Amino acid sequence: MAAFITRRLVFVVLVLVAVSMLVFGVTTLLPANVAHLILGAFATPEQVRALELKLGLTDPVWQQYLRWAGGFLTGDLGESTLMNRPVGPMLLEAIQRSLMLTGLSFILIAIIGVGLGIAAALRHRRPLDHGVSVATYLGIAVPEFFWAIVVIIVFAAWLGWLPASGYEPISAGVWEWAKHLIAPTMTLVFGHLAHVSRLTRSSMIEVMQSPYITAARAKGLPERVIVLHHALRNALLPTITVLALDFGRLMGGIVVIETVFAYPGLGRLVVFSIQNRDLPTLQAAILVVAAIYALANLLADLL
Amino acid sequence: MSPEPATAMSPALATPARPPRKPMPLQLKAGLAITGTILLLGLLAPWIAPHPWDTISMRTRFLAPNATYWFGTDEYGRDVLSRLLMGARLSIGMGVAATLVSLAIGVPMGLAAGYFRGWIDEALMRLADVLMAIPPIMLGLLVLAVTPPALWKTAVAVGFVYIPPIARLARSVTLTLASEDFIQAAKARAESTSYILFREILPNAWPPLIVEASLRVTYAILLGSALSFLGLGAQPPSSDWGLMISEARSFLDRAPWIALAPGFAMCLLVIGINLLGDGARERLDPRLKARLGKA
Repeated sequence: MAAFITRRLVFVVLVLVAVSMLVFGVTTLLPANVAHLILGAFATPEQVRALELKLGLTDPVWQQYLRWAGGFLTGDLGESTLMNRPVGPMLLEAIQRSLMLTGLSFILIAIIGVGLGIAAALRHRRPLDHGVSVATYLGIAVPEFFWAIVVIIVFAAWLGWLPASGYEPISAGVWEWAKHLIAPTMTLVFGHLAHVSRLTRSSMIEVMQSPYITAARAKGLPERVIVLHHALRNALLPTITVLALDFGRLMGGIVVIETVFAYPGLGRLVVFSIQNRDLPTLQAAILVVAAIYALANLLADLL
Repeated sequence: MSPEPATAMSPALATPARPPRKPMPLQLKAGLAITGTILLLGLLAPWIAPHPWDTISMRTRFLAPNATYWFGTDEYGRDVLSRLLMGARLSIGMGVAATLVSLAIGVPMGLAAGYFRGWIDEALMRLADVLMAIPPIMLGLLVLAVTPPALWKTAVAVGFVYIPPIARLARSVTLTLASEDFIQAAKARAESTSYILFREILPNAWPPLIVEASLRVTYAILLGSALSFLGLGAQPPSSDWGLMISEARSFLDRAPWIALAPGFAMCLLVIGINLLGDGARERLDPRLKARLGKA
Protein backbone atom coordinates (compact mmCIF):
# COMPACT_ATOMS: atom_id res chain seq x y z
CA MET A 1 0.00 0.00 0.00
CA ALA A 2 2.80 2.42 0.93
CA ALA A 3 4.56 1.69 -2.36
CA PHE A 4 1.30 2.30 -4.21
CA ILE A 5 0.74 5.62 -2.48
CA THR A 6 4.32 6.71 -3.15
CA ARG A 7 4.00 5.80 -6.80
CA ARG A 8 0.73 7.71 -7.11
CA LEU A 9 2.21 10.71 -5.32
CA VAL A 10 5.22 10.76 -7.64
CA PHE A 11 2.80 10.57 -10.54
CA VAL A 12 0.76 13.48 -9.20
CA VAL A 13 3.93 15.55 -8.84
CA LEU A 14 4.95 14.70 -12.41
CA VAL A 15 1.50 15.63 -13.70
CA LEU A 16 1.67 18.92 -11.83
CA VAL A 17 5.07 19.67 -13.34
CA ALA A 18 3.59 18.98 -16.76
CA VAL A 19 0.58 21.15 -15.92
CA SER A 20 2.89 23.96 -14.85
CA MET A 21 4.66 23.71 -18.22
CA LEU A 22 1.32 23.72 -19.98
CA VAL A 23 0.09 26.72 -18.02
CA PHE A 24 3.32 28.58 -18.57
CA GLY A 25 3.59 27.55 -22.18
CA VAL A 26 0.07 28.56 -23.12
CA THR A 27 0.35 31.93 -21.46
CA THR A 28 3.78 32.81 -22.87
CA LEU A 29 4.08 31.02 -26.19
CA LEU A 30 0.83 32.14 -27.74
CA PRO A 31 1.36 34.70 -30.45
CA ALA A 32 0.45 37.59 -28.23
CA ASN A 33 2.94 40.05 -26.84
CA VAL A 34 2.40 40.11 -23.10
CA ALA A 35 3.94 43.52 -22.70
CA HIS A 36 1.60 44.81 -25.40
CA LEU A 37 -1.36 43.22 -23.69
CA ILE A 38 -0.50 44.87 -20.41
CA LEU A 39 0.22 48.31 -21.83
CA GLY A 40 -2.66 48.40 -24.30
CA ALA A 41 -2.76 49.22 -27.96
CA PHE A 42 -1.31 52.71 -27.69
CA ALA A 43 2.01 51.89 -26.03
CA THR A 44 5.17 53.22 -27.63
CA PRO A 45 7.83 50.70 -28.67
CA GLU A 46 10.14 52.06 -25.94
CA GLN A 47 7.58 51.42 -23.26
CA VAL A 48 7.04 47.89 -24.53
CA ARG A 49 10.78 47.31 -24.62
CA ALA A 50 11.22 48.57 -21.06
CA LEU A 51 8.44 46.36 -19.72
CA GLU A 52 9.79 43.36 -21.59
CA LEU A 53 13.14 43.87 -19.89
CA LYS A 54 11.47 44.32 -16.51
CA LEU A 55 9.50 41.09 -16.92
CA GLY A 56 12.49 39.23 -18.37
CA LEU A 57 10.55 38.50 -21.55
CA THR A 58 13.67 38.76 -23.70
CA ASP A 59 15.26 35.69 -22.09
CA PRO A 60 14.84 32.25 -23.66
CA VAL A 61 11.54 30.64 -22.74
CA TRP A 62 13.06 27.79 -20.73
CA GLN A 63 14.91 30.30 -18.57
CA GLN A 64 11.71 32.17 -17.95
CA TYR A 65 10.00 28.92 -17.04
CA LEU A 66 12.73 27.82 -14.65
CA ARG A 67 12.75 31.22 -13.00
CA TRP A 68 8.99 31.10 -12.61
CA ALA A 69 8.87 27.49 -11.38
CA GLY A 70 11.81 28.07 -9.04
CA GLY A 71 10.07 31.08 -7.58
CA PHE A 72 6.94 29.02 -7.16
CA LEU A 73 8.74 26.37 -5.15
CA THR A 74 10.33 28.95 -2.85
CA GLY A 75 7.00 30.62 -2.25
CA ASP A 76 7.59 33.59 -4.52
CA LEU A 77 4.68 33.55 -6.92
CA GLY A 78 5.68 36.70 -8.70
CA GLU A 79 3.96 40.04 -8.71
CA SER A 80 0.52 40.79 -10.03
CA THR A 81 0.96 43.02 -13.06
CA LEU A 82 -2.39 44.66 -12.41
CA MET A 83 -2.41 45.21 -8.66
CA ASN A 84 1.36 45.69 -8.32
CA ARG A 85 1.44 43.49 -5.24
CA PRO A 86 2.80 39.99 -4.67
CA VAL A 87 0.53 37.22 -5.93
CA GLY A 88 1.18 34.95 -2.93
CA PRO A 89 -0.79 36.68 -0.15
CA MET A 90 -3.58 37.64 -2.57
CA LEU A 91 -3.89 34.02 -3.64
CA LEU A 92 -3.83 32.75 -0.07
CA GLU A 93 -6.74 34.98 0.90
CA ALA A 94 -8.71 33.82 -2.13
CA ILE A 95 -7.96 30.17 -1.38
CA GLN A 96 -9.19 30.51 2.18
CA ARG A 97 -12.48 32.03 1.07
CA SER A 98 -12.92 29.43 -1.66
CA LEU A 99 -12.17 26.55 0.69
CA MET A 100 -14.75 27.93 3.11
CA LEU A 101 -17.34 27.92 0.34
CA THR A 102 -16.41 24.55 -1.15
CA GLY A 103 -15.87 22.92 2.25
CA LEU A 104 -19.32 23.92 3.44
CA SER A 105 -20.90 22.81 0.16
CA PHE A 106 -18.99 19.55 0.30
CA ILE A 107 -20.26 18.66 3.77
CA LEU A 108 -23.83 19.46 2.75
CA ILE A 109 -23.49 17.46 -0.48
CA ALA A 110 -22.25 14.47 1.49
CA ILE A 111 -25.04 14.58 4.08
CA ILE A 112 -27.95 15.45 1.80
CA GLY A 113 -26.73 13.31 -1.10
CA VAL A 114 -26.31 10.16 0.98
CA GLY A 115 -29.59 10.82 2.78
CA LEU A 116 -31.53 11.23 -0.47
CA GLY A 117 -29.82 8.18 -1.92
CA ILE A 118 -30.84 5.99 1.00
CA ALA A 119 -34.37 7.32 1.01
CA ALA A 120 -34.73 6.68 -2.71
CA ALA A 121 -33.30 3.17 -2.41
CA LEU A 122 -35.66 2.21 0.39
CA ARG A 123 -38.62 3.50 -1.63
CA HIS A 124 -37.32 1.88 -4.80
CA ARG A 125 -39.64 2.52 -7.77
CA ARG A 126 -42.11 4.42 -5.66
CA PRO A 127 -43.02 8.12 -5.93
CA LEU A 128 -40.27 9.32 -3.60
CA ASP A 129 -37.65 7.46 -5.62
CA HIS A 130 -38.88 9.00 -8.87
CA GLY A 131 -39.07 12.44 -7.27
CA VAL A 132 -35.45 12.23 -6.14
CA SER A 133 -34.41 10.99 -9.58
CA VAL A 134 -36.10 13.85 -11.38
CA ALA A 135 -34.78 16.47 -8.96
CA THR A 136 -31.19 15.27 -9.18
CA TYR A 137 -31.49 14.92 -12.95
CA LEU A 138 -32.41 18.59 -13.09
CA GLY A 139 -29.44 19.39 -10.90
CA ILE A 140 -27.10 17.79 -13.44
CA ALA A 141 -28.81 19.03 -16.58
CA VAL A 142 -29.13 22.66 -15.64
CA PRO A 143 -26.09 24.89 -15.95
CA GLU A 144 -24.79 26.18 -12.64
CA PHE A 145 -25.04 29.80 -13.67
CA PHE A 146 -28.72 29.33 -14.36
CA TRP A 147 -29.34 27.98 -10.85
CA ALA A 148 -27.39 30.91 -9.52
CA ILE A 149 -29.68 33.27 -11.39
CA VAL A 150 -32.82 31.50 -10.22
CA VAL A 151 -31.55 31.70 -6.63
CA ILE A 152 -30.87 35.42 -7.03
CA ILE A 153 -34.30 36.07 -8.58
CA VAL A 154 -36.14 34.14 -5.89
CA PHE A 155 -34.19 34.91 -2.72
CA ALA A 156 -32.74 38.33 -3.48
CA ALA A 157 -35.08 40.00 -5.98
CA TRP A 158 -38.47 38.60 -4.91
CA LEU A 159 -38.18 37.61 -1.29
CA GLY A 160 -35.37 39.97 -0.38
CA TRP A 161 -34.01 37.52 2.21
CA LEU A 162 -30.46 37.27 0.96
CA PRO A 163 -28.00 39.70 -0.60
CA ALA A 164 -27.60 39.13 -4.35
CA SER A 165 -23.83 39.11 -4.19
CA GLY A 166 -20.72 40.00 -2.27
CA TYR A 167 -18.80 38.75 0.71
CA GLU A 168 -18.42 39.87 4.32
CA PRO A 169 -15.63 38.66 6.60
CA ILE A 170 -16.72 36.92 9.76
CA SER A 171 -15.48 39.92 11.73
CA ALA A 172 -18.45 41.87 10.33
CA GLY A 173 -20.78 39.60 12.32
CA VAL A 174 -21.68 35.95 11.98
CA TRP A 175 -25.06 36.60 10.39
CA GLU A 176 -23.65 39.04 7.85
CA TRP A 177 -20.99 36.49 6.98
CA ALA A 178 -23.41 33.58 6.77
CA LYS A 179 -25.95 35.53 4.73
CA HIS A 180 -23.45 35.99 1.91
CA LEU A 181 -22.52 32.33 1.96
CA ILE A 182 -26.00 30.82 1.78
CA ALA A 183 -26.86 31.60 -1.84
CA PRO A 184 -23.59 30.41 -3.44
CA THR A 185 -23.54 27.32 -1.23
CA MET A 186 -27.12 26.46 -2.11
CA THR A 187 -26.30 26.72 -5.82
CA LEU A 188 -23.18 24.59 -5.58
CA VAL A 189 -24.92 21.92 -3.48
CA PHE A 190 -27.85 21.55 -5.82
CA GLY A 191 -25.63 21.31 -8.86
CA HIS A 192 -23.54 18.51 -7.36
CA LEU A 193 -26.04 16.40 -5.43
CA ALA A 194 -26.89 14.11 -8.29
CA HIS A 195 -23.70 12.06 -8.48
CA VAL A 196 -23.66 11.23 -4.80
CA SER A 197 -27.35 10.51 -4.41
CA ARG A 198 -27.58 8.40 -7.57
CA LEU A 199 -24.59 6.29 -6.68
CA THR A 200 -25.71 5.82 -3.07
CA ARG A 201 -29.12 4.80 -4.35
CA SER A 202 -27.88 2.20 -6.80
CA SER A 203 -25.29 0.66 -4.49
CA MET A 204 -27.82 0.66 -1.65
CA ILE A 205 -30.34 -1.18 -3.83
CA GLU A 206 -27.69 -3.72 -4.75
CA VAL A 207 -26.55 -4.25 -1.17
CA MET A 208 -30.10 -4.57 0.15
CA GLN A 209 -30.60 -7.59 -2.13
CA SER A 210 -27.48 -9.41 -0.93
CA PRO A 211 -27.79 -12.56 1.20
CA TYR A 212 -26.29 -11.10 4.35
CA ILE A 213 -29.08 -8.56 4.53
CA THR A 214 -31.63 -11.35 4.19
CA ALA A 215 -29.76 -13.14 6.99
CA ALA A 216 -29.91 -10.02 9.15
CA ARG A 217 -33.64 -9.79 8.50
CA ALA A 218 -34.04 -13.46 9.37
CA LYS A 219 -32.33 -12.79 12.67
CA GLY A 220 -35.14 -10.37 13.34
CA LEU A 221 -33.03 -7.24 13.48
CA PRO A 222 -35.01 -4.03 13.21
CA GLU A 223 -34.97 -2.55 9.68
CA ARG A 224 -33.35 0.63 10.99
CA VAL A 225 -30.33 -1.26 12.29
CA ILE A 226 -30.08 -3.28 9.09
CA VAL A 227 -30.08 -0.18 6.91
CA LEU A 228 -27.81 2.04 8.95
CA HIS A 229 -25.35 -0.47 10.38
CA HIS A 230 -25.25 -3.36 7.95
CA ALA A 231 -26.16 -2.07 4.52
CA LEU A 232 -24.89 1.49 4.60
CA ARG A 233 -21.32 0.51 5.51
CA ASN A 234 -20.86 -1.44 2.34
CA ALA A 235 -23.00 0.79 0.17
CA LEU A 236 -20.98 3.87 1.07
CA LEU A 237 -17.69 2.64 -0.36
CA PRO A 238 -18.28 3.76 -3.95
CA THR A 239 -19.98 6.91 -2.68
CA ILE A 240 -16.86 7.98 -0.81
CA THR A 241 -14.81 7.74 -4.00
CA VAL A 242 -17.31 9.89 -5.85
CA LEU A 243 -17.33 12.39 -3.01
CA ALA A 244 -13.59 12.87 -3.36
CA LEU A 245 -14.04 13.38 -7.10
CA ASP A 246 -16.83 15.84 -6.38
CA PHE A 247 -14.48 17.95 -4.33
CA GLY A 248 -12.35 18.32 -7.42
CA ARG A 249 -15.44 19.20 -9.45
CA LEU A 250 -16.39 21.86 -6.91
CA MET A 251 -13.04 23.54 -7.58
CA GLY A 252 -14.18 23.95 -11.18
CA GLY A 253 -17.70 24.96 -10.18
CA ILE A 254 -16.53 27.91 -8.12
CA VAL A 255 -15.39 29.76 -11.23
CA VAL A 256 -18.92 30.47 -12.38
CA ILE A 257 -20.54 30.64 -8.95
CA GLU A 258 -18.01 33.08 -7.52
CA THR A 259 -18.34 35.26 -10.59
CA VAL A 260 -22.13 35.38 -10.40
CA PHE A 261 -22.22 36.08 -6.69
CA ALA A 262 -19.17 38.39 -6.78
CA TYR A 263 -17.56 36.19 -4.14
CA PRO A 264 -13.87 37.10 -3.94
CA GLY A 265 -12.35 33.61 -4.06
CA LEU A 266 -10.05 31.63 -6.29
CA GLY A 267 -12.50 31.25 -9.18
CA ARG A 268 -13.23 34.94 -9.40
CA LEU A 269 -9.50 35.66 -9.19
CA VAL A 270 -8.95 33.49 -12.27
CA VAL A 271 -11.67 35.24 -14.26
CA PHE A 272 -10.53 38.62 -13.02
CA SER A 273 -6.91 37.97 -13.98
CA ILE A 274 -7.97 36.83 -17.44
CA GLN A 275 -10.11 39.91 -18.00
CA ASN A 276 -7.23 42.12 -16.95
CA ARG A 277 -4.42 40.15 -18.61
CA ASP A 278 -2.76 39.60 -15.25
CA LEU A 279 -0.66 36.61 -16.28
CA PRO A 280 1.37 35.97 -13.09
CA THR A 281 -1.84 35.80 -11.07
CA LEU A 282 -3.54 33.62 -13.68
CA GLN A 283 -0.63 31.15 -13.86
CA ALA A 284 -0.36 30.82 -10.09
CA ALA A 285 -4.12 30.51 -9.55
CA ILE A 286 -4.59 27.82 -12.19
CA LEU A 287 -1.63 25.85 -10.89
CA VAL A 288 -3.02 25.96 -7.36
CA VAL A 289 -6.43 24.82 -8.57
CA ALA A 290 -4.82 22.00 -10.55
CA ALA A 291 -2.91 20.94 -7.45
CA ILE A 292 -6.07 20.80 -5.31
CA TYR A 293 -7.93 19.00 -8.11
CA ALA A 294 -5.11 16.46 -8.54
CA LEU A 295 -4.94 15.79 -4.81
CA ALA A 296 -8.70 15.28 -4.63
CA ASN A 297 -8.47 12.80 -7.50
CA LEU A 298 -5.57 11.04 -5.81
CA LEU A 299 -7.63 10.76 -2.65
CA ALA A 300 -10.47 9.29 -4.71
CA ASP A 301 -8.04 6.69 -6.06
CA LEU A 302 -6.78 5.75 -2.62
CA LEU A 303 -10.18 5.47 -0.94
CA MET B 1 -24.16 -30.47 -51.67
CA SER B 2 -27.03 -29.40 -53.83
CA PRO B 3 -28.68 -26.09 -52.97
CA GLU B 4 -32.16 -27.71 -52.84
CA PRO B 5 -32.29 -28.81 -49.20
CA ALA B 6 -30.58 -25.64 -48.10
CA THR B 7 -33.30 -23.44 -49.54
CA ALA B 8 -35.93 -25.70 -48.10
CA MET B 9 -34.40 -25.34 -44.71
CA SER B 10 -33.52 -21.70 -44.93
CA PRO B 11 -36.78 -20.20 -43.70
CA ALA B 12 -36.34 -22.00 -40.42
CA LEU B 13 -32.65 -21.09 -40.28
CA ALA B 14 -33.16 -17.50 -41.29
CA THR B 15 -35.48 -16.94 -38.39
CA PRO B 16 -33.71 -18.36 -35.37
CA ALA B 17 -35.10 -17.51 -31.98
CA ARG B 18 -35.02 -13.85 -32.83
CA PRO B 19 -36.81 -11.86 -30.17
CA PRO B 20 -39.49 -9.49 -31.37
CA ARG B 21 -38.13 -6.01 -31.89
CA LYS B 22 -38.45 -4.14 -28.63
CA PRO B 23 -40.35 -0.87 -28.77
CA MET B 24 -38.25 2.27 -28.56
CA PRO B 25 -37.55 3.16 -24.96
CA LEU B 26 -39.58 6.10 -23.72
CA GLN B 27 -36.39 7.99 -22.92
CA LEU B 28 -35.23 7.78 -26.49
CA LYS B 29 -38.61 8.93 -27.80
CA ALA B 30 -38.78 11.88 -25.43
CA GLY B 31 -35.18 12.79 -26.14
CA LEU B 32 -35.73 12.66 -29.89
CA ALA B 33 -38.87 14.76 -29.61
CA ILE B 34 -37.29 17.47 -27.46
CA THR B 35 -33.98 17.67 -29.27
CA GLY B 36 -35.61 17.43 -32.67
CA THR B 37 -38.03 20.24 -31.92
CA ILE B 38 -35.31 22.57 -30.67
CA LEU B 39 -33.08 21.70 -33.61
CA LEU B 40 -35.89 22.31 -36.08
CA LEU B 41 -36.86 25.62 -34.45
CA GLY B 42 -33.23 26.70 -34.52
CA LEU B 43 -32.79 25.77 -38.17
CA LEU B 44 -35.99 27.54 -39.19
CA ALA B 45 -35.28 30.53 -36.94
CA PRO B 46 -34.68 33.14 -39.66
CA TRP B 47 -38.11 32.34 -41.16
CA ILE B 48 -40.23 31.72 -38.09
CA ALA B 49 -38.80 34.34 -35.71
CA PRO B 50 -41.69 36.76 -35.12
CA HIS B 51 -39.42 39.82 -34.90
CA PRO B 52 -35.90 40.79 -36.00
CA TRP B 53 -33.47 39.47 -33.39
CA ASP B 54 -31.00 42.36 -33.40
CA THR B 55 -33.03 45.49 -34.06
CA ILE B 56 -32.74 47.92 -31.18
CA SER B 57 -35.91 49.80 -30.36
CA MET B 58 -36.03 52.06 -27.33
CA ARG B 59 -39.83 52.20 -27.30
CA THR B 60 -40.17 48.50 -26.55
CA ARG B 61 -37.62 48.12 -23.74
CA PHE B 62 -38.31 45.77 -20.82
CA LEU B 63 -41.76 44.68 -21.94
CA ALA B 64 -43.07 41.76 -19.90
CA PRO B 65 -44.20 38.72 -21.89
CA ASN B 66 -47.38 39.60 -23.81
CA ALA B 67 -49.34 38.69 -26.95
CA THR B 68 -46.93 40.46 -29.33
CA TYR B 69 -43.69 39.57 -27.54
CA TRP B 70 -44.35 36.10 -26.14
CA PHE B 71 -41.22 36.02 -24.01
CA GLY B 72 -40.96 39.78 -23.48
CA THR B 73 -38.24 42.15 -24.63
CA ASP B 74 -34.76 42.92 -23.33
CA GLU B 75 -32.90 46.07 -22.34
CA TYR B 76 -32.53 47.14 -25.97
CA GLY B 77 -36.14 46.40 -26.81
CA ARG B 78 -35.26 43.25 -28.78
CA ASP B 79 -37.69 40.35 -28.86
CA VAL B 80 -36.46 37.64 -26.48
CA LEU B 81 -38.19 34.81 -28.34
CA SER B 82 -36.58 35.73 -31.65
CA ARG B 83 -33.17 35.98 -30.02
CA LEU B 84 -33.75 32.65 -28.34
CA LEU B 85 -34.55 30.96 -31.66
CA MET B 86 -31.49 32.43 -33.35
CA GLY B 87 -29.39 31.48 -30.33
CA ALA B 88 -30.43 27.83 -30.59
CA ARG B 89 -28.27 27.45 -33.69
CA LEU B 90 -25.32 29.03 -31.95
CA SER B 91 -25.51 26.87 -28.83
CA ILE B 92 -26.14 23.60 -30.67
CA GLY B 93 -23.64 24.45 -33.38
CA MET B 94 -20.99 25.27 -30.80
CA GLY B 95 -21.63 22.03 -28.92
CA VAL B 96 -21.52 19.90 -32.05
CA ALA B 97 -18.43 21.67 -33.41
CA ALA B 98 -16.63 21.24 -30.10
CA THR B 99 -17.49 17.54 -30.02
CA LEU B 100 -16.24 17.12 -33.57
CA VAL B 101 -12.96 18.71 -32.51
CA SER B 102 -12.61 16.24 -29.62
CA LEU B 103 -13.49 13.34 -31.92
CA ALA B 104 -11.08 14.46 -34.62
CA ILE B 105 -8.17 14.53 -32.17
CA GLY B 106 -9.26 12.05 -29.52
CA VAL B 107 -10.23 9.12 -31.76
CA PRO B 108 -6.89 8.88 -33.65
CA MET B 109 -5.12 9.27 -30.30
CA GLY B 110 -7.11 6.44 -28.77
CA LEU B 111 -6.74 4.20 -31.83
CA ALA B 112 -2.97 4.68 -31.84
CA ALA B 113 -2.66 4.16 -28.09
CA GLY B 114 -4.78 1.04 -28.05
CA TYR B 115 -3.31 -0.55 -31.17
CA PHE B 116 0.42 0.16 -30.81
CA ARG B 117 0.51 -0.14 -26.99
CA GLY B 118 3.95 0.32 -25.44
CA TRP B 119 5.50 3.75 -25.21
CA ILE B 120 3.04 5.35 -27.66
CA ASP B 121 0.17 4.29 -25.41
CA GLU B 122 2.03 5.46 -22.33
CA ALA B 123 2.90 8.87 -23.83
CA LEU B 124 -0.57 9.57 -25.22
CA MET B 125 -2.41 8.53 -22.10
CA ARG B 126 -0.12 10.52 -19.81
CA LEU B 127 -0.79 13.51 -22.05
CA ALA B 128 -4.49 12.90 -21.50
CA ASP B 129 -3.84 12.73 -17.75
CA VAL B 130 -2.21 16.14 -17.85
CA LEU B 131 -5.21 17.62 -19.66
CA MET B 132 -7.51 16.01 -17.12
CA ALA B 133 -5.51 17.40 -14.21
CA ILE B 134 -7.05 20.82 -14.70
CA PRO B 135 -10.79 21.35 -14.09
CA PRO B 136 -12.48 21.62 -17.52
CA ILE B 137 -13.62 25.19 -17.10
CA MET B 138 -10.15 26.31 -16.00
CA LEU B 139 -8.56 24.58 -18.98
CA GLY B 140 -11.05 26.32 -21.25
CA LEU B 141 -10.30 29.65 -19.60
CA LEU B 142 -6.57 29.04 -19.96
CA VAL B 143 -6.85 28.33 -23.68
CA LEU B 144 -9.04 31.38 -24.21
CA ALA B 145 -7.11 33.68 -21.92
CA VAL B 146 -4.65 35.10 -24.39
CA THR B 147 -6.76 35.59 -27.50
CA PRO B 148 -9.65 37.95 -28.08
CA PRO B 149 -12.84 35.96 -27.48
CA ALA B 150 -14.97 34.59 -30.30
CA LEU B 151 -17.49 31.78 -30.39
CA TRP B 152 -15.46 29.55 -32.72
CA LYS B 153 -12.49 29.81 -30.40
CA THR B 154 -14.72 28.72 -27.54
CA ALA B 155 -15.79 25.70 -29.57
CA VAL B 156 -12.14 24.76 -30.22
CA ALA B 157 -11.22 25.27 -26.56
CA VAL B 158 -14.15 23.17 -25.36
CA GLY B 159 -13.30 20.50 -27.91
CA PHE B 160 -9.78 20.46 -26.56
CA VAL B 161 -10.98 20.06 -23.00
CA TYR B 162 -12.97 16.92 -23.85
CA ILE B 163 -10.26 15.11 -25.81
CA PRO B 164 -9.18 12.85 -22.89
CA PRO B 165 -12.48 11.01 -22.29
CA ILE B 166 -12.94 10.39 -26.02
CA ALA B 167 -9.33 9.21 -26.38
CA ARG B 168 -9.68 6.88 -23.40
CA LEU B 169 -12.87 5.33 -24.71
CA ALA B 170 -11.41 4.90 -28.20
CA ARG B 171 -8.36 3.28 -26.62
CA SER B 172 -10.33 0.79 -24.57
CA VAL B 173 -12.55 -0.16 -27.51
CA THR B 174 -9.44 -0.60 -29.68
CA LEU B 175 -7.78 -2.77 -27.04
CA THR B 176 -10.77 -5.12 -27.10
CA LEU B 177 -11.05 -5.15 -30.88
CA ALA B 178 -7.32 -5.63 -31.51
CA SER B 179 -7.40 -9.15 -30.10
CA GLU B 180 -10.39 -10.19 -32.23
CA ASP B 181 -9.98 -12.75 -34.99
CA PHE B 182 -10.77 -10.43 -37.86
CA ILE B 183 -7.92 -8.13 -36.88
CA GLN B 184 -5.56 -11.09 -36.66
CA ALA B 185 -6.80 -12.07 -40.10
CA ALA B 186 -6.13 -8.60 -41.46
CA LYS B 187 -2.64 -8.70 -39.99
CA ALA B 188 -2.08 -12.12 -41.57
CA ARG B 189 -3.14 -10.64 -44.91
CA ALA B 190 -0.39 -8.06 -44.34
CA GLU B 191 -2.83 -5.18 -44.59
CA SER B 192 -1.29 -1.79 -43.96
CA THR B 193 -1.54 -0.41 -40.42
CA SER B 194 -3.64 2.54 -41.50
CA TYR B 195 -6.03 0.14 -43.28
CA ILE B 196 -6.41 -1.93 -40.12
CA LEU B 197 -6.86 1.13 -37.93
CA PHE B 198 -9.30 3.08 -40.06
CA ARG B 199 -11.04 0.40 -42.12
CA GLU B 200 -11.19 -2.51 -39.70
CA ILE B 201 -11.13 -1.13 -36.16
CA LEU B 202 -12.73 2.29 -36.55
CA PRO B 203 -16.03 1.13 -38.14
CA ASN B 204 -16.48 -1.33 -35.28
CA ALA B 205 -15.56 1.24 -32.67
CA TRP B 206 -18.16 3.77 -33.85
CA PRO B 207 -21.29 2.74 -31.91
CA PRO B 208 -19.92 3.34 -28.38
CA LEU B 209 -18.06 6.41 -29.61
CA ILE B 210 -21.20 7.90 -31.12
CA VAL B 211 -23.15 7.42 -27.91
CA GLU B 212 -20.34 8.93 -25.89
CA ALA B 213 -20.08 11.82 -28.33
CA SER B 214 -23.80 12.55 -28.14
CA LEU B 215 -23.51 12.81 -24.37
CA ARG B 216 -20.39 14.93 -24.78
CA VAL B 217 -22.43 17.42 -26.80
CA THR B 218 -24.35 18.35 -23.67
CA TYR B 219 -21.16 18.78 -21.67
CA ALA B 220 -19.82 20.91 -24.49
CA ILE B 221 -22.96 23.05 -24.60
CA LEU B 222 -22.87 23.55 -20.84
CA LEU B 223 -19.16 24.38 -20.75
CA GLY B 224 -19.34 26.57 -23.83
CA SER B 225 -22.28 28.53 -22.48
CA ALA B 226 -20.50 28.91 -19.14
CA LEU B 227 -17.51 30.35 -20.99
CA SER B 228 -19.79 32.66 -22.99
CA PHE B 229 -21.40 33.59 -19.69
CA LEU B 230 -17.97 34.57 -18.34
CA GLY B 231 -17.42 36.76 -21.41
CA LEU B 232 -14.99 34.40 -23.16
CA GLY B 233 -17.28 33.15 -25.89
CA ALA B 234 -19.78 34.81 -28.16
CA GLN B 235 -19.66 38.60 -28.08
CA PRO B 236 -22.55 41.10 -28.16
CA PRO B 237 -24.84 41.54 -29.98
CA SER B 238 -24.81 37.77 -30.49
CA SER B 239 -27.78 35.93 -29.00
CA ASP B 240 -25.82 32.95 -27.68
CA TRP B 241 -27.80 31.67 -24.68
CA GLY B 242 -24.92 31.89 -22.21
CA LEU B 243 -24.26 35.45 -23.27
CA MET B 244 -27.97 36.34 -23.11
CA ILE B 245 -28.14 35.14 -19.52
CA SER B 246 -24.96 36.98 -18.66
CA GLU B 247 -26.24 40.24 -20.11
CA ALA B 248 -29.57 39.85 -18.33
CA ARG B 249 -27.89 39.66 -14.93
CA SER B 250 -28.15 43.39 -14.33
CA PHE B 251 -31.93 43.31 -14.71
CA LEU B 252 -32.87 40.30 -12.62
CA ASP B 253 -35.06 42.33 -10.28
CA ARG B 254 -37.05 44.25 -12.90
CA ALA B 255 -37.02 41.90 -15.92
CA PRO B 256 -36.27 38.32 -14.85
CA TRP B 257 -37.75 36.89 -18.08
CA ILE B 258 -34.71 38.01 -20.08
CA ALA B 259 -32.56 35.59 -18.09
CA LEU B 260 -35.15 32.88 -17.45
CA ALA B 261 -36.11 32.30 -21.10
CA PRO B 262 -32.63 31.30 -22.34
CA GLY B 263 -32.04 29.46 -19.07
CA PHE B 264 -35.10 27.25 -19.46
CA ALA B 265 -34.33 26.76 -23.13
CA MET B 266 -30.89 25.50 -22.24
CA CYS B 267 -32.25 23.15 -19.54
CA LEU B 268 -34.69 21.70 -22.03
CA LEU B 269 -32.00 21.18 -24.65
CA VAL B 270 -29.59 19.54 -22.23
CA ILE B 271 -32.29 17.28 -20.81
CA GLY B 272 -33.34 16.35 -24.33
CA ILE B 273 -29.84 15.39 -25.42
CA ASN B 274 -29.22 13.52 -22.15
CA LEU B 275 -32.38 11.47 -22.65
CA LEU B 276 -31.33 10.78 -26.21
CA GLY B 277 -27.88 9.64 -25.15
CA ASP B 278 -29.13 7.53 -22.22
CA GLY B 279 -31.78 5.92 -24.40
CA ALA B 280 -29.30 5.16 -27.16
CA ARG B 281 -26.81 3.73 -24.70
CA GLU B 282 -29.43 1.52 -23.12
CA ARG B 283 -30.32 0.22 -26.54
CA LEU B 284 -26.77 -0.33 -27.77
CA ASP B 285 -25.15 -1.68 -24.63
CA PRO B 286 -26.80 -4.94 -23.54
CA ARG B 287 -24.42 -5.32 -20.62
CA LEU B 288 -25.61 -2.07 -19.11
CA LYS B 289 -29.19 -3.02 -19.79
CA ALA B 290 -28.78 -6.26 -17.89
CA ARG B 291 -27.30 -4.33 -14.99
CA LEU B 292 -30.11 -1.81 -15.01
CA GLY B 293 -32.67 -4.56 -15.18
CA LYS B 294 -31.23 -6.07 -12.04
CA ALA B 295 -31.28 -2.85 -10.06
